[in-house]
Amino acid sequence: MILSRTLLKRHSVLPGFDLALGFALLYISLIVLIPLSAAFLKTFTMTWAAFWDAVSSPRVVASYRLTFGASFAAALLNAFFGLIVAWVLVRYDFPFKRLIDALVDLPFALPTAVAGIALTAIYAENGWIGQWLPFKVSFTPLGVFVALVFIGVPFVVRTVQPVLEDVNRELEEAAATLGASRWQTFAKVILPIVLPALLTGFALAFARALGEYGSVIFIAGNMPMISEITPLLIITKLEQYDYAGATAIAVVMLVTSFALLLLINSLQTWARKRQGGV
Amino acid sequence: MNTLVAAAPQVPAIGVTPRLMRSATVEAPWVRRALIGAALLFLTLFLFVPLVTVFYEAFKKGWDVYLAAILEPDARSAIALTLLAAAISVPANLIFGVSAAWAIAKFDFRGKNVLLTMIDLPFSVSPVIAGLIYVLVFGLQGWFGSWFIDNDMKIIFAVPGIVLATIFVTFPFVARELIPLMQAQGQEQEEAARVLGANGWQMFWRVTLPNVKWALLYGVILCNARAMGEFGAVSVVSGHIRGHTNTMPLHIEIVYNEYQFAAAFAVASLLALLALVTLGLKFLVEQRVKDQKRAVGDRTE
Repeated sequence: MILSRTLLKRHSVLPGFDLALGFALLYISLIVLIPLSAAFLKTFTMTWAAFWDAVSSPRVVASYRLTFGASFAAALLNAFFGLIVAWVLVRYDFPFKRLIDALVDLPFALPTAVAGIALTAIYAENGWIGQWLPFKVSFTPLGVFVALVFIGVPFVVRTVQPVLEDVNRELEEAAATLGASRWQTFAKVILPIVLPALLTGFALAFARALGEYGSVIFIAGNMPMISEITPLLIITKLEQYDYAGATAIAVVMLVTSFALLLLINSLQTWARKRQGGV
Repeated sequence: MNTLVAAAPQVPAIGVTPRLMRSATVEAPWVRRALIGAALLFLTLFLFVPLVTVFYEAFKKGWDVYLAAILEPDARSAIALTLLAAAISVPANLIFGVSAAWAIAKFDFRGKNVLLTMIDLPFSVSPVIAGLIYVLVFGLQGWFGSWFIDNDMKIIFAVPGIVLATIFVTFPFVARELIPLMQAQGQEQEEAARVLGANGWQMFWRVTLPNVKWALLYGVILCNARAMGEFGAVSVVSGHIRGHTNTMPLHIEIVYNEYQFAAAFAVASLLALLALVTLGLKFLVEQRVKDQKRAVGDRTE
Protein backbone atom coordinates (compact mmCIF):
# COMPACT_ATOMS: atom_id res chain seq x y z
CA MET A 1 0.00 0.00 0.00
CA ILE A 2 2.75 2.40 0.97
CA LEU A 3 4.65 1.68 -2.24
CA SER A 4 1.74 2.40 -4.56
CA ARG A 5 0.78 5.57 -2.69
CA THR A 6 4.25 7.07 -2.64
CA LEU A 7 5.87 5.84 -5.84
CA LEU A 8 3.14 5.40 -8.41
CA LYS A 9 2.90 8.34 -10.80
CA ARG A 10 -0.45 7.41 -12.21
CA HIS A 11 -3.28 5.34 -10.80
CA SER A 12 -3.69 1.98 -12.53
CA VAL A 13 -6.53 -0.52 -12.57
CA LEU A 14 -4.04 -3.37 -12.68
CA PRO A 15 -3.39 -5.15 -9.40
CA GLY A 16 -0.23 -6.44 -7.79
CA PHE A 17 2.03 -3.39 -7.86
CA ASP A 18 2.78 -3.49 -4.14
CA LEU A 19 3.36 -7.22 -4.07
CA ALA A 20 5.51 -7.29 -7.21
CA LEU A 21 7.64 -4.27 -6.43
CA GLY A 22 7.87 -5.10 -2.75
CA PHE A 23 9.14 -8.57 -3.46
CA ALA A 24 11.53 -7.35 -6.16
CA LEU A 25 13.00 -4.71 -3.86
CA LEU A 26 13.36 -7.12 -0.96
CA TYR A 27 15.04 -9.72 -3.17
CA ILE A 28 17.38 -7.25 -4.86
CA SER A 29 18.37 -5.82 -1.47
CA LEU A 30 19.13 -9.18 0.07
CA ILE A 31 20.94 -10.66 -2.91
CA VAL A 32 22.67 -7.68 -4.46
CA LEU A 33 22.62 -4.43 -2.53
CA ILE A 34 23.46 -5.51 1.02
CA PRO A 35 26.30 -7.84 -0.01
CA LEU A 36 27.71 -5.26 -2.45
CA SER A 37 27.61 -2.51 0.16
CA ALA A 38 29.52 -4.86 2.46
CA ALA A 39 32.49 -4.58 0.12
CA PHE A 40 32.46 -0.78 0.28
CA LEU A 41 31.84 -0.63 4.02
CA LYS A 42 34.66 -3.07 4.65
CA THR A 43 37.13 -0.70 3.00
CA PHE A 44 35.89 2.15 5.22
CA THR A 45 37.32 0.27 8.19
CA MET A 46 40.77 0.60 6.64
CA THR A 47 42.90 3.69 6.94
CA TRP A 48 43.56 5.53 3.70
CA ALA A 49 47.24 4.57 3.83
CA ALA A 50 46.43 0.88 4.28
CA PHE A 51 43.91 1.02 1.43
CA TRP A 52 46.41 2.73 -0.85
CA ASP A 53 49.11 0.18 0.03
CA ALA A 54 46.74 -2.67 -0.74
CA VAL A 55 45.69 -1.37 -4.15
CA SER A 56 49.02 -0.02 -5.36
CA SER A 57 51.66 -2.58 -4.37
CA PRO A 58 53.85 -3.57 -7.35
CA ARG A 59 52.29 -7.04 -7.63
CA VAL A 60 48.79 -5.58 -7.75
CA VAL A 61 49.77 -2.92 -10.26
CA ALA A 62 51.33 -5.59 -12.46
CA SER A 63 48.05 -7.49 -12.33
CA TYR A 64 46.07 -4.37 -13.34
CA ARG A 65 48.41 -3.86 -16.25
CA LEU A 66 47.93 -7.43 -17.45
CA THR A 67 44.16 -7.50 -16.85
CA PHE A 68 43.46 -4.18 -18.52
CA GLY A 69 45.99 -4.66 -21.29
CA ALA A 70 44.90 -8.17 -22.24
CA SER A 71 41.20 -7.24 -21.94
CA PHE A 72 41.69 -4.22 -24.17
CA ALA A 73 43.65 -6.15 -26.78
CA ALA A 74 41.12 -9.02 -26.73
CA ALA A 75 38.19 -6.63 -27.09
CA LEU A 76 39.97 -4.90 -29.96
CA LEU A 77 40.52 -8.17 -31.82
CA ASN A 78 36.90 -9.08 -31.15
CA ALA A 79 35.72 -5.73 -32.48
CA PHE A 80 37.60 -6.32 -35.71
CA PHE A 81 36.63 -9.93 -36.31
CA GLY A 82 33.22 -9.50 -34.69
CA LEU A 83 32.35 -6.91 -37.33
CA ILE A 84 33.49 -9.27 -40.08
CA VAL A 85 31.54 -12.20 -38.60
CA ALA A 86 28.41 -10.08 -38.22
CA TRP A 87 28.79 -8.78 -41.78
CA VAL A 88 29.26 -12.24 -43.22
CA LEU A 89 26.29 -13.63 -41.29
CA VAL A 90 23.99 -10.80 -42.39
CA ARG A 91 25.07 -10.30 -46.00
CA TYR A 92 26.32 -13.60 -47.40
CA ASP A 93 25.09 -17.13 -47.84
CA PHE A 94 27.33 -20.10 -47.25
CA PRO A 95 26.98 -23.69 -46.06
CA PHE A 96 26.03 -24.28 -42.40
CA LYS A 97 25.37 -20.58 -41.91
CA ARG A 98 22.51 -21.09 -39.42
CA LEU A 99 24.56 -23.56 -37.42
CA ILE A 100 27.55 -21.23 -37.30
CA ASP A 101 25.29 -18.35 -36.35
CA ALA A 102 23.92 -20.37 -33.43
CA LEU A 103 27.40 -21.44 -32.31
CA VAL A 104 28.57 -17.84 -31.98
CA ASP A 105 26.84 -17.83 -28.60
CA LEU A 106 28.94 -20.76 -27.40
CA PRO A 107 31.00 -18.65 -24.96
CA PHE A 108 27.76 -17.62 -23.24
CA ALA A 109 26.71 -21.23 -22.82
CA LEU A 110 29.99 -23.07 -22.26
CA PRO A 111 31.12 -22.93 -18.63
CA THR A 112 34.30 -20.91 -18.27
CA ALA A 113 36.22 -23.72 -16.60
CA VAL A 114 35.51 -26.01 -19.56
CA ALA A 115 36.67 -23.33 -21.98
CA GLY A 116 39.76 -22.80 -19.85
CA ILE A 117 41.00 -26.38 -19.90
CA ALA A 118 40.14 -26.80 -23.59
CA LEU A 119 42.05 -23.66 -24.62
CA THR A 120 44.99 -24.68 -22.45
CA ALA A 121 45.16 -28.07 -24.17
CA ILE A 122 44.93 -26.56 -27.66
CA TYR A 123 47.45 -23.81 -27.20
CA ALA A 124 49.96 -25.84 -25.15
CA GLU A 125 53.29 -26.56 -26.81
CA ASN A 126 52.12 -29.99 -27.96
CA GLY A 127 48.51 -28.90 -28.54
CA TRP A 128 46.59 -28.88 -31.83
CA ILE A 129 47.35 -25.23 -32.52
CA GLY A 130 50.22 -24.61 -30.11
CA GLN A 131 52.57 -27.00 -31.90
CA TRP A 132 52.42 -24.92 -35.07
CA LEU A 133 53.19 -21.65 -33.36
CA PRO A 134 56.80 -20.50 -32.98
CA PHE A 135 56.08 -18.97 -29.57
CA LYS A 136 54.49 -20.17 -26.33
CA VAL A 137 50.85 -19.30 -25.68
CA SER A 138 49.67 -21.43 -22.78
CA PHE A 139 51.14 -20.36 -19.42
CA THR A 140 52.12 -16.90 -20.71
CA PRO A 141 50.32 -13.53 -20.79
CA LEU A 142 49.44 -14.39 -24.38
CA GLY A 143 47.34 -17.24 -22.99
CA VAL A 144 45.36 -14.72 -20.95
CA PHE A 145 44.68 -12.84 -24.17
CA VAL A 146 43.50 -16.01 -25.96
CA ALA A 147 41.07 -16.89 -23.16
CA LEU A 148 39.69 -13.34 -23.10
CA VAL A 149 39.19 -13.39 -26.86
CA PHE A 150 37.15 -16.58 -26.47
CA ILE A 151 34.76 -15.21 -23.85
CA GLY A 152 34.30 -11.92 -25.74
CA VAL A 153 33.35 -13.34 -29.15
CA PRO A 154 29.54 -13.03 -28.93
CA PHE A 155 29.41 -9.47 -27.61
CA VAL A 156 30.46 -7.58 -30.73
CA VAL A 157 28.73 -9.98 -33.13
CA ARG A 158 25.43 -9.83 -31.29
CA THR A 159 25.36 -6.05 -30.89
CA VAL A 160 26.40 -5.29 -34.46
CA GLN A 161 24.30 -7.96 -36.22
CA PRO A 162 20.82 -6.46 -35.64
CA VAL A 163 22.01 -2.99 -36.64
CA LEU A 164 23.52 -4.32 -39.86
CA GLU A 165 20.26 -6.14 -40.61
CA ASP A 166 18.41 -2.84 -40.31
CA VAL A 167 20.73 -0.82 -42.53
CA ASN A 168 18.60 0.68 -45.27
CA ARG A 169 19.93 -0.76 -48.52
CA GLU A 170 18.74 2.27 -50.42
CA LEU A 171 21.37 4.38 -48.68
CA GLU A 172 23.99 2.13 -50.21
CA GLU A 173 22.33 2.32 -53.60
CA ALA A 174 22.26 6.10 -53.34
CA ALA A 175 25.95 6.15 -52.49
CA ALA A 176 26.69 3.88 -55.42
CA THR A 177 24.71 6.01 -57.88
CA LEU A 178 26.61 9.06 -56.64
CA GLY A 179 29.80 7.31 -57.68
CA ALA A 180 31.08 5.87 -54.43
CA SER A 181 33.16 2.73 -54.65
CA ARG A 182 32.06 -0.22 -52.53
CA TRP A 183 34.77 0.55 -50.00
CA GLN A 184 33.77 4.23 -49.81
CA THR A 185 30.16 3.19 -49.27
CA PHE A 186 31.24 0.93 -46.44
CA ALA A 187 33.54 3.45 -44.78
CA LYS A 188 31.32 6.53 -45.18
CA VAL A 189 27.78 5.14 -45.09
CA ILE A 190 27.66 1.77 -43.36
CA LEU A 191 30.41 2.13 -40.77
CA PRO A 192 29.00 5.36 -39.25
CA ILE A 193 25.63 3.64 -38.82
CA VAL A 194 27.20 0.62 -37.18
CA LEU A 195 29.78 2.51 -35.11
CA PRO A 196 27.73 3.05 -31.92
CA ALA A 197 26.84 -0.66 -31.81
CA LEU A 198 30.44 -1.61 -32.53
CA LEU A 199 31.67 0.55 -29.66
CA THR A 200 29.00 -0.86 -27.37
CA GLY A 201 30.05 -4.39 -28.24
CA PHE A 202 33.68 -3.49 -27.68
CA ALA A 203 32.88 -1.99 -24.27
CA LEU A 204 30.77 -5.01 -23.29
CA ALA A 205 33.54 -7.42 -24.28
CA PHE A 206 36.10 -5.31 -22.44
CA ALA A 207 33.98 -5.12 -19.28
CA ARG A 208 33.35 -8.85 -19.32
CA ALA A 209 37.05 -9.59 -19.84
CA LEU A 210 38.11 -7.44 -16.87
CA GLY A 211 36.26 -9.64 -14.41
CA GLU A 212 36.86 -12.98 -16.10
CA TYR A 213 38.39 -15.67 -13.95
CA GLY A 214 37.44 -19.24 -14.85
CA SER A 215 38.75 -19.49 -18.38
CA VAL A 216 41.93 -17.52 -17.64
CA ILE A 217 43.44 -19.24 -14.62
CA PHE A 218 44.01 -22.54 -16.39
CA ILE A 219 45.85 -21.07 -19.34
CA ALA A 220 47.64 -18.18 -17.64
CA GLY A 221 50.26 -19.99 -15.61
CA ASN A 222 49.50 -17.47 -12.85
CA MET A 223 53.02 -16.27 -12.15
CA PRO A 224 53.10 -13.20 -9.88
CA MET A 225 54.13 -10.01 -11.69
CA ILE A 226 53.91 -11.75 -15.09
CA SER A 227 50.73 -13.68 -15.75
CA GLU A 228 48.58 -13.07 -12.69
CA ILE A 229 45.21 -11.40 -13.31
CA THR A 230 43.54 -9.14 -10.76
CA PRO A 231 40.59 -11.45 -9.93
CA LEU A 232 43.08 -14.22 -9.11
CA LEU A 233 44.94 -11.84 -6.81
CA ILE A 234 41.69 -11.22 -4.93
CA ILE A 235 41.34 -14.96 -4.38
CA THR A 236 44.98 -15.31 -3.34
CA LYS A 237 44.53 -12.59 -0.72
CA LEU A 238 41.35 -14.26 0.53
CA GLU A 239 43.13 -17.56 0.91
CA GLN A 240 45.75 -15.77 3.00
CA TYR A 241 42.89 -14.39 5.16
CA ASP A 242 43.81 -10.86 4.03
CA TYR A 243 40.13 -9.90 3.74
CA ALA A 244 40.79 -6.17 3.84
CA GLY A 245 43.42 -6.39 1.10
CA ALA A 246 41.17 -8.53 -1.08
CA THR A 247 38.23 -6.18 -0.59
CA ALA A 248 40.31 -3.09 -1.36
CA ILE A 249 41.29 -4.52 -4.76
CA ALA A 250 37.70 -5.64 -5.32
CA VAL A 251 36.47 -2.09 -4.70
CA VAL A 252 38.88 -0.75 -7.31
CA MET A 253 37.52 -3.32 -9.78
CA LEU A 254 33.91 -2.56 -8.82
CA VAL A 255 34.32 1.17 -9.32
CA THR A 256 35.91 0.51 -12.71
CA SER A 257 33.05 -1.79 -13.74
CA PHE A 258 30.40 0.70 -12.65
CA ALA A 259 32.12 3.44 -14.62
CA LEU A 260 32.13 1.12 -17.63
CA LEU A 261 28.46 0.30 -17.07
CA LEU A 262 27.64 4.02 -17.21
CA LEU A 263 29.70 4.38 -20.37
CA ILE A 264 27.94 1.41 -21.97
CA ASN A 265 24.52 2.81 -21.05
CA SER A 266 25.28 6.15 -22.65
CA LEU A 267 26.72 4.37 -25.70
CA GLN A 268 23.48 2.44 -26.04
CA THR A 269 21.40 5.59 -25.74
CA TRP A 270 23.55 7.14 -28.46
CA ALA A 271 23.12 4.03 -30.61
CA ARG A 272 19.33 4.15 -30.21
CA LYS A 273 19.20 7.81 -31.15
CA ARG A 274 21.44 7.17 -34.14
CA GLN A 275 19.26 4.31 -35.32
CA GLY A 276 16.09 6.33 -34.83
CA GLY A 277 17.58 9.17 -36.86
CA VAL A 278 18.56 7.05 -39.84
CA MET B 1 12.10 -3.61 -40.15
CA ASN B 2 8.48 -3.08 -41.10
CA THR B 3 8.53 0.65 -40.63
CA LEU B 4 11.66 0.94 -42.69
CA VAL B 5 10.10 -0.86 -45.61
CA ALA B 6 6.87 1.08 -45.30
CA ALA B 7 8.62 4.43 -45.15
CA ALA B 8 10.91 3.71 -48.08
CA PRO B 9 10.03 5.81 -51.11
CA GLN B 10 9.28 3.97 -54.32
CA VAL B 11 12.32 4.35 -56.50
CA PRO B 12 11.44 4.39 -60.19
CA ALA B 13 13.69 1.90 -61.95
CA ILE B 14 13.85 3.90 -65.14
CA GLY B 15 17.15 3.76 -66.92
CA VAL B 16 18.79 1.51 -64.33
CA THR B 17 18.71 -2.16 -64.95
CA PRO B 18 18.32 -4.22 -61.77
CA ARG B 19 21.51 -6.10 -62.59
CA LEU B 20 23.59 -2.97 -62.58
CA MET B 21 22.10 -1.78 -59.28
CA ARG B 22 22.90 -5.07 -57.67
CA SER B 23 26.49 -5.12 -58.69
CA ALA B 24 27.03 -1.59 -57.39
CA THR B 25 25.97 -2.57 -53.86
CA VAL B 26 27.63 -5.96 -53.67
CA GLU B 27 31.27 -6.73 -53.02
CA ALA B 28 33.56 -8.36 -55.54
CA PRO B 29 33.60 -12.16 -55.29
CA TRP B 30 37.14 -12.26 -53.96
CA VAL B 31 36.27 -9.80 -51.17
CA ARG B 32 33.28 -11.90 -50.27
CA ARG B 33 35.34 -15.08 -50.17
CA ALA B 34 38.10 -13.42 -48.14
CA LEU B 35 35.63 -12.10 -45.58
CA ILE B 36 33.86 -15.44 -45.20
CA GLY B 37 37.26 -17.09 -44.91
CA ALA B 38 38.46 -14.64 -42.25
CA ALA B 39 35.26 -15.03 -40.23
CA LEU B 40 35.36 -18.81 -40.38
CA LEU B 41 39.06 -18.96 -39.53
CA PHE B 42 38.54 -16.73 -36.51
CA LEU B 43 35.55 -18.71 -35.27
CA THR B 44 37.32 -22.00 -35.89
CA LEU B 45 40.45 -21.03 -33.96
CA PHE B 46 38.64 -19.54 -31.01
CA LEU B 47 35.31 -21.42 -30.82
CA PHE B 48 35.04 -24.62 -32.80
CA VAL B 49 38.43 -26.14 -32.05
CA PRO B 50 37.98 -25.70 -28.26
CA LEU B 51 34.54 -27.31 -28.48
CA VAL B 52 35.80 -30.31 -30.42
CA THR B 53 38.81 -30.62 -28.12
CA VAL B 54 36.61 -31.14 -25.08
CA PHE B 55 35.00 -34.23 -26.59
CA TYR B 56 38.21 -35.48 -28.17
CA GLU B 57 40.17 -35.31 -24.92
CA ALA B 58 37.26 -36.81 -22.98
CA PHE B 59 37.12 -39.95 -25.13
CA LYS B 60 40.84 -40.19 -25.91
CA LYS B 61 41.38 -42.96 -23.39
CA GLY B 62 38.24 -44.84 -24.25
CA TRP B 63 34.76 -45.38 -22.91
CA ASP B 64 35.84 -47.15 -19.73
CA VAL B 65 37.94 -44.25 -18.50
CA TYR B 66 35.16 -41.87 -19.49
CA LEU B 67 32.47 -43.75 -17.62
CA ALA B 68 34.67 -44.27 -14.58
CA ALA B 69 35.43 -40.54 -14.47
CA ILE B 70 31.81 -39.45 -14.46
CA LEU B 71 30.56 -42.25 -12.21
CA GLU B 72 33.11 -41.99 -9.42
CA PRO B 73 31.52 -40.83 -6.13
CA ASP B 74 33.12 -37.37 -6.08
CA ALA B 75 31.99 -36.66 -9.62
CA ARG B 76 28.50 -37.91 -8.85
CA SER B 77 28.19 -35.70 -5.79
CA ALA B 78 29.49 -32.75 -7.83
CA ILE B 79 26.81 -33.40 -10.45
CA ALA B 80 24.16 -33.66 -7.72
CA LEU B 81 25.26 -30.37 -6.14
CA THR B 82 25.28 -28.59 -9.50
CA LEU B 83 21.73 -29.79 -10.18
CA LEU B 84 20.64 -28.75 -6.69
CA ALA B 85 22.13 -25.25 -7.00
CA ALA B 86 20.41 -24.76 -10.36
CA ALA B 87 17.14 -26.22 -9.06
CA ILE B 88 17.03 -23.57 -6.33
CA SER B 89 18.52 -20.54 -8.06
CA VAL B 90 16.62 -20.76 -11.35
CA PRO B 91 13.11 -20.80 -9.80
CA ALA B 92 14.13 -18.07 -7.33
CA ASN B 93 15.33 -15.82 -10.13
CA LEU B 94 12.27 -16.74 -12.18
CA ILE B 95 9.91 -15.49 -9.48
CA PHE B 96 12.01 -12.37 -9.06
CA GLY B 97 12.14 -11.79 -12.79
CA VAL B 98 8.37 -12.04 -13.20
CA SER B 99 7.59 -9.73 -10.30
CA ALA B 100 10.20 -7.16 -11.28
CA ALA B 101 8.99 -7.22 -14.88
CA TRP B 102 5.36 -6.87 -13.79
CA ALA B 103 6.13 -3.79 -11.71
CA ILE B 104 8.47 -2.20 -14.25
CA ALA B 105 6.57 -2.94 -17.46
CA LYS B 106 2.99 -2.34 -16.37
CA PHE B 107 3.29 0.59 -13.98
CA ASP B 108 4.72 4.06 -14.08
CA PHE B 109 6.59 4.79 -10.89
CA ARG B 110 9.39 6.91 -9.49
CA GLY B 111 12.81 5.30 -9.40
CA LYS B 112 12.10 2.89 -12.22
CA ASN B 113 15.39 3.59 -13.97
CA VAL B 114 17.33 3.08 -10.77
CA LEU B 115 15.70 -0.31 -10.37
CA LEU B 116 16.51 -1.20 -13.98
CA THR B 117 20.15 -0.33 -13.45
CA MET B 118 20.30 -2.37 -10.27
CA ILE B 119 18.95 -5.42 -12.08
CA ASP B 120 21.84 -5.19 -14.56
CA LEU B 121 24.43 -4.75 -11.83
CA PRO B 122 25.41 -8.41 -11.33
CA PHE B 123 26.43 -8.66 -15.00
CA SER B 124 29.09 -6.03 -14.51
CA VAL B 125 30.49 -7.50 -11.31
CA SER B 126 33.36 -9.97 -11.60
CA PRO B 127 32.27 -13.45 -10.45
CA VAL B 128 35.16 -13.48 -8.01
CA ILE B 129 33.86 -10.32 -6.39
CA ALA B 130 30.37 -11.84 -6.28
CA GLY B 131 31.81 -14.63 -4.17
CA LEU B 132 33.86 -12.24 -2.07
CA ILE B 133 30.90 -10.12 -0.99
CA TYR B 134 29.11 -13.18 0.39
CA VAL B 135 32.23 -14.12 2.32
CA LEU B 136 32.22 -10.60 3.76
CA VAL B 137 28.59 -10.88 4.85
CA PHE B 138 28.37 -14.50 5.96
CA GLY B 139 31.99 -15.52 6.52
CA LEU B 140 33.51 -16.09 9.96
CA GLN B 141 34.54 -12.46 10.31
CA GLY B 142 31.53 -11.23 8.38
CA TRP B 143 28.56 -9.15 9.48
CA PHE B 144 26.26 -12.05 10.24
CA GLY B 145 28.90 -14.76 10.34
CA SER B 146 29.06 -15.18 14.09
CA TRP B 147 25.27 -15.24 14.42
CA PHE B 148 25.01 -18.07 11.92
CA ILE B 149 27.86 -19.96 13.58
CA ASP B 150 26.18 -19.58 16.97
CA ASN B 151 23.01 -21.01 15.51
CA ASP B 152 24.96 -23.85 13.95
CA MET B 153 24.31 -22.80 10.38
CA LYS B 154 27.09 -22.80 7.86
CA ILE B 155 26.67 -20.55 4.85
CA ILE B 156 30.19 -20.04 3.54
CA PHE B 157 32.12 -23.18 2.59
CA ALA B 158 28.74 -24.93 2.49
CA VAL B 159 25.83 -25.47 0.15
CA PRO B 160 23.84 -22.30 1.05
CA GLY B 161 26.78 -20.10 0.08
CA ILE B 162 27.06 -21.87 -3.26
CA VAL B 163 23.35 -21.36 -3.92
CA LEU B 164 23.55 -17.67 -2.95
CA ALA B 165 26.54 -17.03 -5.20
CA THR B 166 24.78 -18.81 -8.06
CA ILE B 167 21.63 -16.74 -7.54
CA PHE B 168 23.73 -13.57 -7.67
CA VAL B 169 25.44 -14.29 -10.96
CA THR B 170 22.26 -15.54 -12.68
CA PHE B 171 20.09 -12.81 -11.20
CA PRO B 172 19.31 -10.63 -14.27
CA PHE B 173 18.61 -13.27 -16.97
CA VAL B 174 14.84 -13.77 -16.67
CA ALA B 175 14.04 -10.17 -15.78
CA ARG B 176 16.02 -8.84 -18.74
CA GLU B 177 14.16 -11.03 -21.21
CA LEU B 178 10.72 -10.22 -19.81
CA ILE B 179 10.92 -6.46 -19.26
CA PRO B 180 11.28 -5.26 -22.88
CA LEU B 181 8.64 -7.67 -24.18
CA MET B 182 6.10 -6.84 -21.47
CA GLN B 183 6.76 -3.13 -21.94
CA ALA B 184 6.05 -3.49 -25.65
CA GLN B 185 2.87 -5.46 -25.00
CA GLY B 186 1.37 -2.69 -22.89
CA GLN B 187 -1.51 -2.95 -20.45
CA GLU B 188 -4.64 -3.21 -22.65
CA GLN B 189 -5.05 -6.98 -22.54
CA GLU B 190 -4.74 -7.13 -18.77
CA GLU B 191 -7.08 -4.20 -18.38
CA ALA B 192 -9.60 -5.95 -20.60
CA ALA B 193 -9.31 -9.06 -18.45
CA ARG B 194 -9.99 -6.97 -15.35
CA VAL B 195 -12.98 -5.27 -16.93
CA LEU B 196 -14.38 -8.66 -17.89
CA GLY B 197 -14.22 -9.62 -14.23
CA ALA B 198 -11.02 -11.65 -13.87
CA ASN B 199 -9.33 -11.40 -10.52
CA GLY B 200 -5.63 -10.62 -10.28
CA TRP B 201 -4.32 -14.18 -10.42
CA GLN B 202 -6.76 -15.24 -13.17
CA MET B 203 -5.52 -12.32 -15.24
CA PHE B 204 -1.91 -13.27 -14.54
CA TRP B 205 -2.25 -16.98 -15.36
CA ARG B 206 -4.55 -16.62 -18.37
CA VAL B 207 -3.41 -13.40 -20.03
CA THR B 208 0.02 -12.25 -18.87
CA LEU B 209 1.83 -15.55 -18.62
CA PRO B 210 0.70 -17.00 -21.98
CA ASN B 211 1.77 -13.74 -23.61
CA VAL B 212 5.34 -14.01 -22.37
CA LYS B 213 5.87 -17.76 -22.13
CA TRP B 214 8.56 -18.01 -24.81
CA ALA B 215 10.58 -15.09 -23.51
CA LEU B 216 10.24 -16.59 -20.05
CA LEU B 217 11.53 -19.94 -21.26
CA TYR B 218 14.36 -18.18 -23.08
CA GLY B 219 15.43 -16.43 -19.90
CA VAL B 220 15.21 -19.67 -17.93
CA ILE B 221 17.41 -21.51 -20.45
CA LEU B 222 20.14 -18.86 -20.25
CA CYS B 223 19.81 -18.64 -16.47
CA ASN B 224 20.13 -22.40 -16.10
CA ALA B 225 23.19 -22.64 -18.33
CA ARG B 226 25.00 -20.02 -16.32
CA ALA B 227 23.85 -21.50 -13.01
CA MET B 228 25.26 -24.92 -13.85
CA GLY B 229 28.49 -23.57 -15.30
CA GLU B 230 29.39 -20.85 -12.82
CA PHE B 231 32.94 -21.15 -11.63
CA GLY B 232 34.49 -17.99 -10.16
CA ALA B 233 31.80 -16.97 -7.69
CA VAL B 234 31.19 -20.51 -6.52
CA SER B 235 34.91 -21.16 -6.23
CA VAL B 236 35.30 -18.38 -3.65
CA VAL B 237 32.49 -19.54 -1.36
CA SER B 238 32.80 -23.29 -1.78
CA GLY B 239 35.87 -24.19 0.25
CA HIS B 240 36.47 -27.05 -2.19
CA ILE B 241 35.49 -29.86 0.15
CA ARG B 242 35.50 -32.97 -2.02
CA GLY B 243 32.25 -34.83 -2.18
CA HIS B 244 30.48 -32.04 -0.27
CA THR B 245 30.91 -28.54 -1.66
CA ASN B 246 32.25 -29.17 -5.14
CA THR B 247 30.11 -28.36 -8.12
CA MET B 248 30.93 -29.79 -11.54
CA PRO B 249 33.16 -26.89 -12.66
CA LEU B 250 35.05 -27.03 -9.34
CA HIS B 251 35.42 -30.78 -9.64
CA ILE B 252 36.89 -30.29 -13.09
CA GLU B 253 39.46 -27.88 -11.68
CA ILE B 254 40.55 -30.24 -8.90
CA VAL B 255 40.83 -33.29 -11.15
CA TYR B 256 42.63 -31.25 -13.80
CA ASN B 257 45.16 -29.94 -11.29
CA GLU B 258 45.85 -33.55 -10.32
CA TYR B 259 46.83 -34.16 -13.96
CA GLN B 260 43.89 -36.52 -14.55
CA PHE B 261 43.20 -34.78 -17.83
CA ALA B 262 40.93 -37.44 -19.33
CA ALA B 263 38.76 -37.45 -16.21
CA ALA B 264 38.60 -33.64 -16.15
CA PHE B 265 37.57 -33.52 -19.79
CA ALA B 266 35.03 -36.30 -19.23
CA VAL B 267 33.14 -34.20 -16.68
CA ALA B 268 33.74 -31.13 -18.86
CA SER B 269 32.14 -32.94 -21.80
CA LEU B 270 28.89 -33.23 -19.82
CA LEU B 271 28.89 -29.46 -19.37
CA ALA B 272 29.81 -28.94 -23.02
CA LEU B 273 26.86 -31.14 -23.95
CA LEU B 274 24.66 -28.99 -21.74
CA ALA B 275 26.00 -25.94 -23.56
CA LEU B 276 25.11 -27.47 -26.94
CA VAL B 277 21.61 -28.39 -25.73
CA THR B 278 21.27 -24.85 -24.41
CA LEU B 279 22.27 -23.39 -27.77
CA GLY B 280 19.84 -25.72 -29.57
CA LEU B 281 16.93 -24.79 -27.32
CA LYS B 282 17.91 -21.15 -27.52
CA PHE B 283 17.83 -21.34 -31.29
CA LEU B 284 14.35 -22.90 -31.27
CA VAL B 285 12.90 -20.53 -28.70
CA GLU B 286 14.56 -17.44 -30.18
CA GLN B 287 12.41 -17.76 -33.28
CA ARG B 288 9.24 -17.83 -31.17
CA VAL B 289 10.35 -14.82 -29.15
CA LYS B 290 11.01 -12.93 -32.36
CA ASP B 291 7.60 -13.87 -33.73
CA GLN B 292 5.99 -12.69 -30.50
CA LYS B 293 7.85 -9.38 -30.62
CA ARG B 294 6.88 -8.93 -34.24
CA ALA B 295 3.26 -9.64 -33.37
CA VAL B 296 3.42 -6.88 -30.77
CA GLY B 297 4.96 -4.54 -33.33
CA ASP B 298 2.21 -5.24 -35.86
CA ARG B 299 -0.50 -4.61 -33.32
CA THR B 300 0.84 -1.26 -32.29
CA GLU B 301 1.22 -0.05 -35.85
